Amino acid sequence: MATNKTPRQEIPARNPEERNKDFKEVSLGFTEEQAVLEAQRCIACKKKPCCNGCPVEIDIPEFIKLVAKKDYKGAIQKIKEKNNLPAICGRVCPQETQCESLCTLVAKGQPVAVGALERFVADREAEHPGSKEPPVIKEKKDIKVAVVGAGPAGLTAAADLARYGYKVTLFESLSASGGVLRYGIPEFRLPKAILDRETEYIKSLGVEIKYNILIGRTFSIADLFKDGYKAIFLGTGAGLPYFLGIPGENLNGVYSANEFLTRVNLMHAYEFPKYKTPVKIGERVAVVGAGNTAMDCVRVAKRLGAKDAMIIYRRSEAEAPARRAELEHAKEERIEFRFLTAPIKIEGNEKGEVKSMTCLKMELGEPDASGRRRPVPIKGSEYEMPVDTVIIAVGQGPNPLIAHTTKELAVDEKSGELKIDENCMTSIKGIFAGGDITTGEGTVIAAMGAGKKAAAAIDKFFKEK
Amino acid sequence: MHKIVEKKQLADTITLLKVEAPMVVREAKPGQFVIVRLDEFGERIPLTICDADRARGVLTLIIQQLGRSTKDLCALKAGDQIRDILGPLGNPTEIEKFGTVVIIGGGVGAAELYTAAKALKEKGNKVITIIGARNKSLIILEDEFKPIADEVLITTDDGSYGIKGFVTDALKKVISEQKVDRIICCGPIPMMKAVTTTAKPHNIPAIVSLNAILLDATGMCGSCRCTIEGKTKFSCVDGPEFDGYKVDFDELMARNKRFLDEERRALEV
Ligand SMILES: Cc1cc2nc3c(=O)[nH]c(=O)nc-3n(C[C@H](O)[C@H](O)[C@H](O)COP(=O)(O)OP(=O)(O)OC[C@H]3O[C@@H](n4cnc5c(N)ncnc54)[C@H](O)[C@@H]3O)c2cc1C
Ligand SMILES: Cc1cc2nc3c(=O)[nH]c(=O)nc-3n(C[C@H](O)[C@H](O)[C@H](O)COP(=O)(O)OP(=O)(O)OC[C@H]3O[C@@H](n4cnc5c(N)ncnc54)[C@H](O)[C@@H]3O)c2cc1C
Ligand code: SF4
Repeated sequence: MATNKTPRQEIPARNPEERNKDFKEVSLGFTEEQAVLEAQRCIACKKKPCCNGCPVEIDIPEFIKLVAKKDYKGAIQKIKEKNNLPAICGRVCPQETQCESLCTLVAKGQPVAVGALERFVADREAEHPGSKEPPVIKEKKDIKVAVVGAGPAGLTAAADLARYGYKVTLFESLSASGGVLRYGIPEFRLPKAILDRETEYIKSLGVEIKYNILIGRTFSIADLFKDGYKAIFLGTGAGLPYFLGIPGENLNGVYSANEFLTRVNLMHAYEFPKYKTPVKIGERVAVVGAGNTAMDCVRVAKRLGAKDAMIIYRRSEAEAPARRAELEHAKEERIEFRFLTAPIKIEGNEKGEVKSMTCLKMELGEPDASGRRRPVPIKGSEYEMPVDTVIIAVGQGPNPLIAHTTKELAVDEKSGELKIDENCMTSIKGIFAGGDITTGEGTVIAAMGAGKKAAAAIDKFFKEK
Repeated sequence: MHKIVEKKQLADTITLLKVEAPMVVREAKPGQFVIVRLDEFGERIPLTICDADRARGVLTLIIQQLGRSTKDLCALKAGDQIRDILGPLGNPTEIEKFGTVVIIGGGVGAAELYTAAKALKEKGNKVITIIGARNKSLIILEDEFKPIADEVLITTDDGSYGIKGFVTDALKKVISEQKVDRIICCGPIPMMKAVTTTAKPHNIPAIVSLNAILLDATGMCGSCRCTIEGKTKFSCVDGPEFDGYKVDFDELMARNKRFLDEERRALEV
């Protein structure tokens, strides 16, 4: 059955000229026929190298084998042994640098499309709800555990803890679940309906979700212990936006990526005035940065009607941290890219609105600490370009609120990240943490991996007690 | 969901709502605020916690009608429900024994300082309250402040009630008559700027409560960034109160006009 003669299946996507005007999903996913063909390409390597690239350790060849046999129900069960959010991971995981990068078929240039297969299986289950298996829950225990933050780390930890039998309450400060998946990643990459579906699944495991509760303010950590929670998992993410520190950053028309994306994604500003939250966007929009966040911002700007939407990045395309698929999709959608370009100031008009940005051209020098070649300014290359909106997407740091209001929590002084030991425990006994709050901005799957690991550590903590 | 248990019209465009929010009032302190979202389509609106009744789990909000969202909120009746209330947010007002404290509220700003005035009085301060508004019909909470403050001064721009003039005129009078140890001020930005300018020559610490445009209000988005002593601060988590001498008021005034066109459009639907 195994064959690698068939070429890798192309993942169908909507026409760029049409999709860059709306928020409907860009990637269409495999048809059944394509999924089966693609699954048959897997040679089921004995050593399963792909699995080493998966932070939640999905048995990849095993689920792929079931797809090839058209046993989709079996395939989704296999995935769900390890991954509670397959429809999400199948869409946003950077597979090209994870499982797919280790696939034996890379040698031939065409790894198995693991991500697209995962998405296919998850969507197929949703379309055929009859095939859904009730989740297995181990013996119920009378122990309350609090999970803080409903991002991928918190959702995963909550689901696993519920499966272990704990009484789990998940506290989220926003009015909906998902963390970055909700307020950051736009609808055209990850439809909110999928997020809602996955959230319902987690609730079906017995997890109670309480929204609009900011731990550190509404309740302190001490309050949670007082209220009878015996352990706490913190998955509060990296939500603190960084700025460039250049003149003009507080002019009207300069957004942080988080503000811009939150207005649009969480608050539906693209449906203003039906939804009451506004967002203002100019004709020429410059997005500074080249990660996933920057790609999301620039593609949203285009969809909101910007004539020119461009990426300004101080290194070259090769160093851009965004997923390749997103970069390619952005290019197809007529996004302009200015690589090796660094902004040095933003100028405004008499009303305090952005009117232009001054940039320096760069060249690549010696590699720096990150192993990437350092951008060096080219003398005298300064130029000014007219823009009316600037979006700063140069990364974000750990959310500092809980550390600020809980003095005994040890924090890395430089990065602001929470310190944890090999059991995912913070400096306070019974408080665990994982995801972007302990690592800085990472990936969805890494945050989920951390949530899983912490849930197991919490279970061990109680067993050893 | 949060049920409105009481509604009172305080002035033409100023409404008081008492809302069930037991989680919020449990830890609420003077100077803190909440984020309210009326319904699924609503904006996230910051409003000060004007009073917190812990025993009943009820929160008092006083709302001035300005645009679409505050208009919709003020149109609610007792018995109606508010979808989301997040809080308490922001750093509480510093409550110490300072000596003589002048509390200055412009318009609805007076409501925002009510619990702080009470707490400062309980700490043993002499509390002088100055309430200012454009005209008599917009003066609120005079009767509520009277029993807690040692002195209540009223100013109206048109002279229809109290002293004719601005809150700064009343402040100048107070400063000329006695030693003032601290000023706390909340109201329109130009008013807060004028108060700090008046206080500065006398070197009286002046605390202002900034009403920057907030969005998530948990420190995640940076919508409310202000320049304080040349540095960017987020007024939701670093504030909302700041040392008035350090605030770049002109930048804040410009930033609060960012969505003027959109605000007008929202009112039309
Ligand atoms: C725009 C954007 C696009 C991205 N695209 C991708 C991608 O394509 N692929 C990928 O793998 N990764 C991507 N990432 C990174 C990825 O989303 C994050 O690494 C991941 O979401 C981190 O998960 P988390 O659970 O640690 O935190 P978050 O997702 O940040 O979730 C934290 C949650 O905690 C809540 N919270 C915070 N503080 C409190 C508190 N005190 N009390 C209660 N609740 C609180 C927050 O509201 C939030 O819901 C992207 C990131 C951004 C910003
Ligand atoms: C910490 C804080 C506490 C506040 N407490 C109170 C209070 O107790 N009572 C009260 O009546 N008002 C209070 N406000 C102001 C109130 O939030 C705004 O008046 C309201 O959001 C305006 O919304 P709108 O749609 O009705 O008006 P819009 O038409 O949208 O705007 C009218 C004006 O209000 C300001 N504004 C708009 N949106 C916001 C926003 N999201 N955040 C802050 N300002 C905004 C702008 O300057 C704008 O020009 C407070 C603001 C802050 C920041
Ligand atoms: S490495 Fe590639 S070919 Fe081998 S089992 Fe994994 S997916 Fe299949």
